[in-house]
Amino acid sequence: MAGKRLGNQTVRLETPPRIISTASIAGPKEGEGPLGHTFDLVLEDELWGEKTWEKAESKIVRETWSRILEKSGKAPEDINYIIAGDLLNQCIATTFGLRESSAPYLGVYGACSTMCESLSIGAMLVDGGFADNVVCLTSSHFCSAEKQFRFPLELGTQRAPTAQWTVLGCGAVLVSSHGQGPAITHVTTGKIVDKGIKDANNMGGAMAPAAADTIVSHFKDTGFTPDYYDLVLTGDLGIVGKAICDEMVGEQGFNISKKLKDCGLMIYDLNKQDVHAGASGCACSATVFAGHIYKEMLEGRIKKLLLVATGALLNPTSTQQGETIPSIAHAVTIEA
Amino acid sequence: MGKKMVKDFTHKEYRDYVEKKSPKSKVLANTVKAFVVGGLICVAGQLINNFFTSRGMEKDTVSNLTSIIMIFLGALLTGLNIYDNLGKFAGAGSIVPITGFANSIVSPAMEFKSEGYVMGVGAKMFVVAGPVLVYGISASIIVGIIYYLLHY
Amino acid sequence: MMFMKVLYAFLVGGIICAIGQVLIDKTKLTPARILVLFVTTGAVLGALGIYEKIADFGGAGATIPLTGFGYTLTRGAFRDVDQYGLLGAFTGGVRAAAAGIAAAIFFGYLVSVASKSKAKR
Repeated sequence: MAGKRLGNQTVRLETPPRIISTASIAGPKEGEGPLGHTFDLVLEDELWGEKTWEKAESKIVRETWSRILEKSGKAPEDINYIIAGDLLNQCIATTFGLRESSAPYLGVYGACSTMCESLSIGAMLVDGGFADNVVCLTSSHFCSAEKQFRFPLELGTQRAPTAQWTVLGCGAVLVSSHGQGPAITHVTTGKIVDKGIKDANNMGGAMAPAAADTIVSHFKDTGFTPDYYDLVLTGDLGIVGKAICDEMVGEQGFNISKKLKDCGLMIYDLNKQDVHAGASGCACSATVFAGHIYKEMLEGRIKKLLLVATGALLNPTSTQQGETIPSIAHAVTIEA
Repeated sequence: MGKKMVKDFTHKEYRDYVEKKSPKSKVLANTVKAFVVGGLICVAGQLINNFFTSRGMEKDTVSNLTSIIMIFLGALLTGLNIYDNLGKFAGAGSIVPITGFANSIVSPAMEFKSEGYVMGVGAKMFVVAGPVLVYGISASIIVGIIYYLLHY
Repeated sequence: MMFMKVLYAFLVGGIICAIGQVLIDKTKLTPARILVLFVTTGAVLGALGIYEKIADFGGAGATIPLTGFGYTLTRGAFRDVDQYGLLGAFTGGVRAAAAGIAAAIFFGYLVSVASKSKAKR
């Protein structure tokens, strides 16, 4: 077995790359939420002066990219790879947003798990000696996602109580071989898990088994126990998914109840903001990590984090054809 | 043997388990809202109908005019970004009336205007309402043929 | 008399919409499927002579919901069959519903050209 591998799904990074900077931009609704003050920029409206939702999302990507360069003092030539993705078909929000980035680009798709997918690849590239600086970035936009995955915004329908609200925003993380910041020490890559859920309005229920599978594999591969961590942070399981994930991990001998939080339950105020079962979208874990969590780690309030972004790998065609929802979760250990 | 673990559930067992864990729609409250709003939209239709009837117009003309006005109102309220909020409150109460049919035509046309006036507005106009015409008109042709065979 | 008509319209229209809501909440049918179901049900009930009774009683409460659209289509088909024979099965439905369909297309076009989708928060 390759020297850096632990168990079936995990790698240990020998020289753990550092997260030396983050940047985040969020929409107005996210700005009104409890984490509103942690984002670098909160937009006043969802179009941001653009003509279409898609253009607006690309602008958010472009501006987040500029901001992370600005905040870290890096030039585009310093960045060896951008690893990025979003929810729109063929990841156009990202590619159009990064057209003028002039840095080597790898596009990835893991639905809402994309942040951890890009962090995993980025960290391994840096640890492997293939890169010094990698920017990992993901975005989503409520309006463009609704248009592509669900119904027109003006259609008078009711959202199901299990539905989740796609985060409007973009988060970027700079993973580097040199510098100060929390380090990525382990990467656990998820398997595709499908427990037969067909309801696209209940993605938390569909994704929970994937999250549980990855978390349990992580503990088994590394030998860590839940006590090792200050926080196990899932991406966007929402109310339903978080409860199921907690139970599923627990019944396999790892009690994470006290450590488990979900980005999808942090970014909005569920009592005041009408989001039903919580938040979702690539930008959910990306903005929560790049904003709130990164600050908590820098200030020492969180020392050991297992970040587990979760993705529902469906598309509108598969939903219409009555397919079940394959899901995935990727985990990275981040230690301050 | 202990209790079967969730991870070992069959698809069917897992679906039932998720169903149990999921918050439920407030069916009674939703139904009352749908009843009231749907009823009120029909009252609006009835008032329009009464108005034209009282001016001595014949029945077919009255029902055509009523349809046209109700559809206009549904389209207008959609364009003014109001109908979606009504729908969020009333559910089927604003989906089922003919104003909801207008909403289902206007909303995708507005949403996909960014893809142009032919393939956007023109083509997407019927993504929700198209099936209504397909099944409604086909059903009327079928029952028309049956009616012909039975009576002539 | 006029008042009673309005009251009946409220009751009948409300009940038809309430049935739709129960279907949405209990069966997870999408709105498009509900609309198809309602228009087809209206056409069939119209053919069986049942919807006519509902419409006589409920007035706009029966004709404004989409079941009424199905009923209009069927009634038109029957009327044209009486007049033109088999051909009427094809001309009658759309002829009777022409005002509604044309208005929906025309106003739909005008409104969508004149207005913009607004973001939800």
